[in-house]
Amino acid sequence: MAIVELTGVTKTYQQGKVSVQALRGVDLRVEKGSFLALAGPSGSGKTTLLNLIGGLDRPSQGDIRVDEHDFARMNQSELAELRLFKIGFVFQSYNLIPVLSALENVEFVMLLQRIGAAERRQRAEAVLAEVGLSGLLERRPLELSGGQQQRVAVARAIVSGPAIVLADEPTANLDSKTGQGLLEMMKTLNAQKGVTFIFSTHDNMVMDYARRLVLIRDGRVAEDQVKGS
Amino acid sequence: MSMDAKMAWRNVWRNPRRTSLTIAAITFATGLLIFSFSFQFGSYDAMINAAIQVHTGHLQIQAKGYLEDKDMRQVVEHPEAVARILKNTSDVKDYACRANAFSLIASEDRTYGGLVIGIDPIREPRVSRIKTLIRKGAYLDKAHGAQAVVGQLLARNLKVGLGDELTLLGQGRDGSIAATVVTVKGLYATGQDEFDRSTIQIPLSFFQDTYAMRGAVHEVVILGRHLDQVNQIRHRLTPKLAQIENPKPLVALTWSEIMPGLIQAIKLDLTSGFIMYSLLVIVVAFSILNTFLMAVLERTREFGVMMAIGIRPNRLTKLLLYESTVLTLMGLGVGWILGVGVTYFFQQHGIDLAGSSEILAQYGISGRLYPRLSWASMTVGPALVLIITILAALYPALRVRRLSIVDSLAYA
Ligand SMILES: Nc1ncnc2c1ncn2[C@@H]1O[C@H](COP(=O)(O)OP(=O)(O)O)[C@@H](O)[C@H]1O
Ligand SMILES: [Mg+2]
Repeated sequence: MAIVELTGVTKTYQQGKVSVQALRGVDLRVEKGSFLALAGPSGSGKTTLLNLIGGLDRPSQGDIRVDEHDFARMNQSELAELRLFKIGFVFQSYNLIPVLSALENVEFVMLLQRIGAAERRQRAEAVLAEVGLSGLLERRPLELSGGQQQRVAVARAIVSGPAIVLADEPTANLDSKTGQGLLEMMKTLNAQKGVTFIFSTHDNMVMDYARRLVLIRDGRVAEDQVKGS
Repeated sequence: MSMDAKMAWRNVWRNPRRTSLTIAAITFATGLLIFSFSFQFGSYDAMINAAIQVHTGHLQIQAKGYLEDKDMRQVVEHPEAVARILKNTSDVKDYACRANAFSLIASEDRTYGGLVIGIDPIREPRVSRIKTLIRKGAYLDKAHGAQAVVGQLLARNLKVGLGDELTLLGQGRDGSIAATVVTVKGLYATGQDEFDRSTIQIPLSFFQDTYAMRGAVHEVVILGRHLDQVNQIRHRLTPKLAQIENPKPLVALTWSEIMPGLIQAIKLDLTSGFIMYSLLVIVVAFSILNTFLMAVLERTREFGVMMAIGIRPNRLTKLLLYESTVLTLMGLGVGWILGVGVTYFFQQHGIDLAGSSEILAQYGISGRLYPRLSWASMTVGPALVLIITILAALYPALRVRRLSIVDSLAYA
């Protein structure tokens, strides 16, 4: 079953008089339970594509569906609601709310989802344990290492059982060992809990973790390979 | 504590220096406004009291039209009938009769036009302070006698001193010429130059003989128990006065009607004060606006992340308004306590003016001034600050709603 469906998606940015074609017609289907890497050089359109899939921005042309929801028919507020309940985000860095502890950062999403305090706390503690941060619940983002911060971001993204987690170069700011640890953890979550991950990278080592590799070049899908598991 | 409140509190202290400065600005504005308003109201009190105690009393009973025309013939014909009424009117503390005549006042060397006031030497000290303002010589002490107390500036202009004689020449109530000679018994200085330059006082009965008043007077000056009761007293008097026979009907006038210039001066002072305060508050408003705009700008990426994970713009606005409210309330609270505290101190101990305020001197106030805390002075300034800071905080809080998520996320 396709959890993400893109058909003929283009995106043109207007910068003053210059227009930049970031995406030039992308067709893509992503199945539930995928562990998919969007790979390509800097400027190829990965971030743009993830933003569109996440409903953070609108395409210039084409259709986008996530979990059976047609984005074209949804207003900003409905998109916000969909993101809140169905889509998890992990960005390259500065993912977390600086004034909240690790635990509170995870709880914050559930607060927005209007989940009660007791359940919030219990689920946040559980998911932070899953990403290996049991001892660091009360730490603020600035008191955590880069790798730990990214783990909190992953915990926040998966805590409500989203349809997909979108991660834009989640390891780019980490050293390779820490990055590998994060990817191992994501892969385990994918394998054990069936969390669908779409992440972008321009790092060959990171691509090796993917079960499906979509190569983006100049705003188009250049290659799409499923690796044998 | 709710998560929103917790976040607001922590965000406020993210930049302690900026926050402290902003709170200090709010504190300063609030405190200063409380003190200034209290000081102004206190000085108005002093001005009004000075005028009341020298000129007008709280109220006066006069013949209708006398206030405008100052015509000798517009008299209170039966002062004893008015006195009977006043004795039976509650909140009237005391009263005294006066009669006035514009006359030529001549010494050996010089002649000036001035106001000759007939006063009752026994009753007058109960409604006016002049007796205490005698700087040389003594006050009038006998009911009869050709003697006078003279404004110090007038005496200087006439080149007379104690024991010298003055010739008074005017017109009596019946149109006849009124002329007499009085001996200078004392000199008074009220601090109100205009008054000290143009008035002399003589005993009322002597005045009545000289000016052919046939027992009539021009004013019955009333002192109430309290300034705030003036209108009530007038209300009680009006129907009773209607029953007294008089050539022209009798009316009760309040001090503010008798001295409209004083109220005008106060209004003018209030207006100029208000302009000053508005400028102060606007400066504070811009400092707050700056704080919040900076804070919002610095946190653009954070707002991008929050919007990406699904926060609604309303919630974001609410969070920011929480923050500004925390900041504002801290400043208001501290400022209120400081403002009221400092003002209270000076209300007890007074402030030495040392002749610095012209307008006050004009109304006979010198020496120490006591600011007066009132509900108005304790609330108007803080309310003004509150409204302005809310408005200043509203702009950035609403502006975040227009942020594009993608641009915010790209913001370094
Ligand atoms: N907000 C924007 N305004 C203008 N051009 C943009 C904007 N975002 C991205 N681009 C351009 O679109 C192209 C794709 O960018 P991006 O999706 O960020 O690529 P990647 O993530 O693969 O590095 C680039 O040429 C970039 O300069
Ligand atoms: Mg990118």
